Amino acid sequence: MPEQLVFAMEVTLNGLMTGVMYSLVALGFVLIFKASGIFNYAQGVMALFAAMTLVGIQDGRVPFAHIINEVLGTDIHYFGWEVPALLAILLTVLVMIGFALFVQKFIFRHLVGQEPIILFMATIGLAYFLEGVSDLMWGSEIRNLDVGLPQGINDTIDQVTFEIFGYGFFIDNLDLWATGIAAVLVAGLIAYAQYTKNGRAMRAVADDHQAALSVGISLNYVWILVWSLAGIVALVAGIMWGSKSGVQFSLSLIALKALPVLMLGGFTSIPGAIVGGLIIGVGEALFEFSIGPLIGGATENWFAYVLALVFLVFRPQGLFGEKIIERV
Amino acid sequence: MNEMSPDGYTTEDGRKIGGVVMEMRNITLRFGGVVAIKDISFDIREGEIRAIIGPNGAGKSSMLNVISGFYHPQEGEVWYRGARRPAMKPFQVARQGIARTFQNIALFDGMTVLDNIMTGRLNHMSASFIDQALWWGKAQREEVKNRRVAEEVIDFLEIQNIRKTPVGRLPYGLKKRVELARALVAEPSILLLDEPMAGMNVEEKEDMSRFILDVNDEFGTTIALIEHDMGVVMDLSDRVVVMDYGKKIGDGTPDEVRNNPDVIDAYLGVAHD
Repeated sequence: MPEQLVFAMEVTLNGLMTGVMYSLVALGFVLIFKASGIFNYAQGVMALFAAMTLVGIQDGRVPFAHIINEVLGTDIHYFGWEVPALLAILLTVLVMIGFALFVQKFIFRHLVGQEPIILFMATIGLAYFLEGVSDLMWGSEIRNLDVGLPQGINDTIDQVTFEIFGYGFFIDNLDLWATGIAAVLVAGLIAYAQYTKNGRAMRAVADDHQAALSVGISLNYVWILVWSLAGIVALVAGIMWGSKSGVQFSLSLIALKALPVLMLGGFTSIPGAIVGGLIIGVGEALFEFSIGPLIGGATENWFAYVLALVFLVFRPQGLFGEKIIERV
Repeated sequence: MNEMSPDGYTTEDGRKIGGVVMEMRNITLRFGGVVAIKDISFDIREGEIRAIIGPNGAGKSSMLNVISGFYHPQEGEVWYRGARRPAMKPFQVARQGIARTFQNIALFDGMTVLDNIMTGRLNHMSASFIDQALWWGKAQREEVKNRRVAEEVIDFLEIQNIRKTPVGRLPYGLKKRVELARALVAEPSILLLDEPMAGMNVEEKEDMSRFILDVNDEFGTTIALIEHDMGVVMDLSDRVVVMDYGKKIGDGTPDEVRNNPDVIDAYLGVAHD
């Protein structure tokens, strides 16, 4: 087999796994957008905040240590214990549910029925607010996140591919795990939406608010639910990206990568978010591999957006989005 | 009609009508300076078909929205099952057993007919999250029961052949029927129908009338409906409230209402002073 083709296969595999990470972030957007029509600009910051909180809890950091020390004149930073990863994740989930309650009670409850652009502006405000809270609670230094996921090259794949192609693929264990966990999460979410009472209520609210009210569904409750789920998705995304490249401010920018994914997949479709993420992941990896060297590289920075632009021209509702029909 | 006893009466065709289940007392509803409903009182009895009629803009839909909790009147009280009802959100009213349909049809367009109808059973689901996730005992029993009720209603309304069709693709008349089905599976104690016949052709109107009568007859469901087509209503209902310009101008059996001079004026368009 020609060498270039083997390389391309490796690039595709890695691209697929990056794509899964994009899908995860995009999924958080879709959940909230479907149920409430809110485009949640804060999704990326939520991932940052969740990851920061997780690291903070794991290391036993004192939240708001700076303020406490400033006010009380003390010098405490750590509780002096370490929390096991699994427990820390559960506690972080609780924090994200608390965040969902807060957001619904103090912001979006008061904005029901407002124009989408106003809701969007509110989420921009929320993003900056949450970023500030995150800084105040846990500081803004880069942190290492380690929840015990294996990292480094996967030897089995390396060996197997070496025997077949005479060239060992470099596949990171972390990416493999991320892909597996994302797949389980997505399957779980779909089953939840399809078969449980709350899931049905969620789909109902996503479809028609008035009708949902008339069959006895509390919109408020469903909105808290979707924000909680989006918070959990943000946590998972935060763990994956944080384990890979450290928990730092740039983590919140992965939200921008979710935008082209959503334009491809459609803002209202969970399968769309997944397929969109995969296409972008593979597309940008292959493009960088094949065309990148000819034009000086770093095409990952813009490829996704150009692809999204092309899609906007030909299929504005995305691959799986509901068809936009204007009735006159 | 004879003086009605508080415990109810028997209709000419032999149906038993019970006591008062819902009572509106001196309801006044304003939107800013516009008075949509002005000091209206009436009651709904168990098992009857109660109509609210009136010309366009009379405030009928507003009244239905007051009953179902979408609007909250500035003055007056709503009494339900012998107790004054506090201001409630629409979903709370629905959970109390009051189901409704909408004039402009509010269905879940992205779901199939069956899924739409199943959402009407949401209030009959109580299995815990864990049960549901693992598909254990209670969750499974509930789902089976809910499906059975849904299938019964589907048979009853003769929509078996479109069970799996996404609602968005259905014609108008069928959508209305699906909406009725969704309200029915909730096994409501009161069913509110907002212009169930609006925009239908003669045949569809006849079908719908038959379904309304059958629902009332077979399940004993109390029905309150709004219509502006006087002919249809008179044949269907036991008692009729007539509204005009937000005021009640008549209340009684179809015959009483038909001969009420105020009602005749309102429908023939005699000038108001």
